[in-house]
Amino acid sequence: MGGAFPRSESGRTYLVDGDNVALASRKDARDAVLAARAAQPKWAGATAYNRGQILYRAAEMLEGRRAEFTALGVPAAEVDAAVDRLVWYAGWSDKIAQVVGAANPVAGPYFNLSAPEPTGVVGVVAPASLLGLVSVVAPAIVTGNTVVVLAPGPQVAITLAEVLATSDLPGGVVNVLTGHPAETAPWLASHDDVNALVLTGVTDPALATDLERAAADTLKRVVRPPATAPDFTGDPGIEAMTALLETKTVWHPKGF
Amino acid sequence: MFEYAPAPESRSLVDLAPSYGLFIDGSFDPPSADGGVFKTVNPASEEVLAEVASAGPQDVDRAVAAARRAFGPWSALPGAERAKYLFRIARIIQERSRELAVLESLDNGKPIRESRDVDLPLVAAHFFYYAGWADKLRYAGFGPDPRPLGVAAQVIPWNFPLLMLAWKIAPALACGNTVVLKPAETTPLSALFFADICRQAELPPGVVNILTGAGDTGRLLVEHPGVDKVAFTGSTEVGRQIARAVAGTRKRVGLELGGKAANIVFDDAPIDQAVEGIVNGIFFNQGHVCCAGSRLLVQESVYDEVLAALKRRMATLRVGDPLDKNTDIGAINSAAQLERIRALSEVGDAEGAQRWSPACELPEHGYWFAPTIFTGVTQAHRIAREEIFGPVLSILTFRTPAEAIEKANNTPYGLSAGVWTEKGSRILAVADKLRAGVVWANTFNKFDPTSPFGGYKESGYGREGGRHGLEAYLA
Repeated sequence: MGGAFPRSESGRTYLVDGDNVALASRKDARDAVLAARAAQPKWAGATAYNRGQILYRAAEMLEGRRAEFTALGVPAAEVDAAVDRLVWYAGWSDKIAQVVGAANPVAGPYFNLSAPEPTGVVGVVAPASLLGLVSVVAPAIVTGNTVVVLAPGPQVAITLAEVLATSDLPGGVVNVLTGHPAETAPWLASHDDVNALVLTGVTDPALATDLERAAADTLKRVVRPPATAPDFTGDPGIEAMTALLETKTVWHPKGF
Repeated sequence: MFEYAPAPESRSLVDLAPSYGLFIDGSFDPPSADGGVFKTVNPASEEVLAEVASAGPQDVDRAVAAARRAFGPWSALPGAERAKYLFRIARIIQERSRELAVLESLDNGKPIRESRDVDLPLVAAHFFYYAGWADKLRYAGFGPDPRPLGVAAQVIPWNFPLLMLAWKIAPALACGNTVVLKPAETTPLSALFFADICRQAELPPGVVNILTGAGDTGRLLVEHPGVDKVAFTGSTEVGRQIARAVAGTRKRVGLELGGKAANIVFDDAPIDQAVEGIVNGIFFNQGHVCCAGSRLLVQESVYDEVLAALKRRMATLRVGDPLDKNTDIGAINSAAQLERIRALSEVGDAEGAQRWSPACELPEHGYWFAPTIFTGVTQAHRIAREEIFGPVLSILTFRTPAEAIEKANNTPYGLSAGVWTEKGSRILAVADKLRAGVVWANTFNKFDPTSPFGGYKESGYGREGGRHGLEAYLA
């Protein structure tokens, strides 16, 4: 959270494979949103080149910790796929605007451009796997959003957080909360200062509906859970990025 | 100032029937037993224009079923064939534009100058623009084989009845969807005339269905399990209800909601042009514009100059008969809307802002509100925070660009914004930092079918117009 690894403010922990892991509370979720909001303008204001470089660095760091992930039970092929996924998104940082932006040929003497911008702070309920986690976090941050990630696979998520913390990623860009997403996600869904909600890791349809309904109060953008179990090994496409972008259209008159 | 002679457009151009049915599956039908009828009035005179059907549950079922039946063959048509229907509709709109403009001004209360010179050309242009996409969808950047979604439920507001119809129907049809559209209850007539244009264009029955009615009809339509896509333009509150209603479904949703746009005037702005932009920003279409520049932010050093010029300019605005070609500001769309504008303006008085309007005589009948500005407004005032949706401008000041940006962004809305300055680098820097879907620099309230339009934050999600507008209707 904010680039550090604090205990839960609640003092709660839970046992995972013999380790005591912080059990995130509502207050932790709110603190994480604060950290994400504080980091967002600067991260969005960094050059696309710079954001891409940092994601490439994260891919390198992840590769360097392959053994740690395999020791946690992540198949080596999945670690490799996660590295590739980070590299894929790293390269998009300075290209997505060219692909989804436009110079609009308006019928009049105007200069008119549409460009994508980050939505802001994104709450993410991540899938339990490493590849799933990377596949929802990377597209959110490469475009300039900052995230609060609720991660059900705590050891993998914490290890990934350590990877990111040593990758020149500014503190607060990715904030990872361990614990029970069903307990903390409602606080992100209803939070006024969260702009979008990604529900890819939600497996309970009733919970997904409740979260979507809570998000409606602030008209958050919601990425619903996939209709069928997601296959993260395929072509990721650009939808995971575009779902978390706004399009800004700027007009100016042309003339002498 | 010399007086203008009256220059009324002839209303004999429009042939109004005493009553209208629902347009379902290619024919006009009376409402079913669980529906009803209501009257639509001319807001400039309170005269009843026609009686219109109110669709009940059975009508909504029937319209959705008709759209579903039509979807298979319509989506299977080659794009080029769908394009020809849309081109034909665009052409008929151009041919009948004078009739449609008069009709729109009669039913909505907007000046004929705007319905004729702004709305109708844009309506035709939207159909032409999206007609051209119908056979090029695989080049639009949404994958090599983009598919239509199915049946689209579309609910549109009363401020631009025909233009909002075009924004909704043109891309939906180009992508191969079929539609059930509900126009607002105070402005149903131009949608019904559009239904007639669909028949003239020999559009297959069921591709476009028009259900007139009020909020209940809209709710039935949006919540109908047979629709695949919901498109709504209107208030943020109804937008929230829709977002809640579709939670847990697979329906795709696009929402175009309210705004409280900041129009920022820097001290180096060309004052006369800025004043024109301020006037256009808030008094265009009686201020019934979701992207209206309703919060004016003026740099302190030019505040007196801008305010004096604005008052001078406002004194020349002509309020009155919408069908008079000299009219700048027409009627407020409905008694209920007039009441809301009055109520919020009174809150402005009560909270200590200073109200000013130019001397102007308002017609005896109909719904009218003089162009109004409030000075001495702070960010805490309700008139600076809530959308008034009328010809009411709140004026605030700022000292530095950073303060202007902070004030501009201090709103849950994020639809539009304006910037006035002669300094290019400042325009670009400020436009970058404004959290709004459309930023007009040294201009305001410009629209074009090629240009994406839509909001950040609580102004809704999705974009309409341009290549981006296709995404809302493609799987």
